[in-house]
Amino acid sequence: MLLLTIDWSFIIEKLILISVILGASLGVATYATWGERKVAAWMQDRKGPSRAGPFGLLQPIADGIKLFFKEEIIPTDANRFLFILGPSLAMLTACMASAVIPWGPSIELESGRIIALQVADINIGILYVFGVVSVGVYGIMLGGWASNNKYSLMGSVRAASQAISYELAMGISLIALLMMTGTLSLAEIVNQQHGFWENGWFTWNVAKQPLGFIIFLVCAFAELNRAPFDLPEAESELVAGYHTEYSSMKLGFYLFAEYVNLFISSAILITLFFGGYNFPFMDQVAGSVSPVVFSIICVLVLLTKTIMMILFFMFIRWTIPRFRYDQLMNLGWKSLIPLALVNMLITGAIIIWVLN
Amino acid sequence: MQELTNKRVAVDRKPMTFMERLYIPTIIKGLFITVGHIFKKPATISYPEQQRPFSPVFRGLHILNRDEQGREKCTACGLCALSCPAEAITMEAAERTKGEEHLYKEEKYAAKYEINMLRCIFCGLCEEACPKDAIYLSETVAQANYTRKSFIYNKEDLLIPNPNETH
Repeated sequence: MLLLTIDWSFIIEKLILISVILGASLGVATYATWGERKVAAWMQDRKGPSRAGPFGLLQPIADGIKLFFKEEIIPTDANRFLFILGPSLAMLTACMASAVIPWGPSIELESGRIIALQVADINIGILYVFGVVSVGVYGIMLGGWASNNKYSLMGSVRAASQAISYELAMGISLIALLMMTGTLSLAEIVNQQHGFWENGWFTWNVAKQPLGFIIFLVCAFAELNRAPFDLPEAESELVAGYHTEYSSMKLGFYLFAEYVNLFISSAILITLFFGGYNFPFMDQVAGSVSPVVFSIICVLVLLTKTIMMILFFMFIRWTIPRFRYDQLMNLGWKSLIPLALVNMLITGAIIIWVLN
Repeated sequence: MQELTNKRVAVDRKPMTFMERLYIPTIIKGLFITVGHIFKKPATISYPEQQRPFSPVFRGLHILNRDEQGREKCTACGLCALSCPAEAITMEAAERTKGEEHLYKEEKYAAKYEINMLRCIFCGLCEEACPKDAIYLSETVAQANYTRKSFIYNKEDLLIPNPNETH
């Protein structure tokens, strides 16, 4: 009897969606490594990878193969279980956050069945993302701890304290946004940003919360361990930071998880502040094409916006020099958190006295 | 004091204004510079396919010259070896016998002629010392190899191909 009550088509639909999203985010992350090298090369008047395949497109695959064939080293005194758990956890949490992102509007089939292009529309979507991102810090912390190397441990402490410090400002800047939207569900937040222009103002949240967006963006850079806040790695200064002792695909997992995180947080940034899959004149487009085509257009719009966001992350990386550790902490605790608090208070005041 | 160059710039140590401390306008200015570089032509030369032309005074690997009839010009006088500051050149002379006139231009020729390319400093003094125009420095570079021995180039490696034998 239990088997009969399970909605098999629902499970299959979700499984397909999960595998497509997972495959897409891994694929985008793979080619983000290629894109990063190309962008870096162009910005430095170089050519970048150009040997493996046309335009060097096979380069990330060659890199992956190289990492697989490298010797697998686990230090003698390392805690084997935690040593392996570290990169696995980093990769797992990076992939998990994609579950709550609405990739497109729901498709209503002729049979009346509604297919949501979102793995799980949980009503605490944003909270879930924050939780998963916080668990991601454990991946870094465990990796540094399990290596049984004092420098790895110091690197992981640096990374963890940076991530935790910036999570605060990130959360507070988001509270201001959530006070305006009144919901934690990402699908609902995207629906509120429908179209582009309504009632004489932009519908996208970036126009309603510009300061919140900037704080969130800066914190996202710090959370992702990307330049100018790439102190945990600081490839030109330190040996490697928390993953000094890692080799082969376990190192690859750490590096790759960073790129998956880059894609996912770009998608979340777009969802929260740049209207997700919404685009100008979407109602006119929706009226003239079939719902399935419209959904595909929406997904493509979201992907385009996300890739533009990733490119922006890369442009910043090759523009701003790295912060010093005390500057990083000063910016986080003395500038961003007070700013986020002020932003929250102003938003609250406006909601109470102006909008009501 | 008189300045040697006019390149000195006074460092501005005024405290930053509010706009400067905001950082964001400066970051945007920096972004314009870096993004502008994307549209510039890369300075890279894709080496094996594209090669940069050598300068006219480039001194590369040595060649031993022949005359118009394909005869070796070198007479093993030893001036190149004498002039070589790195002592990279060794040679053994031999006398031309009857019937070898089509091979060697003069009565004496180099039976053995070796240049150690690991010793050679490519100064070109051998080229200048040669009274017979027999040795020249070309526009090629010595190829990488695994053994030291392979860098000792003998006469067969250095001689240019005989123009009469090629066709």
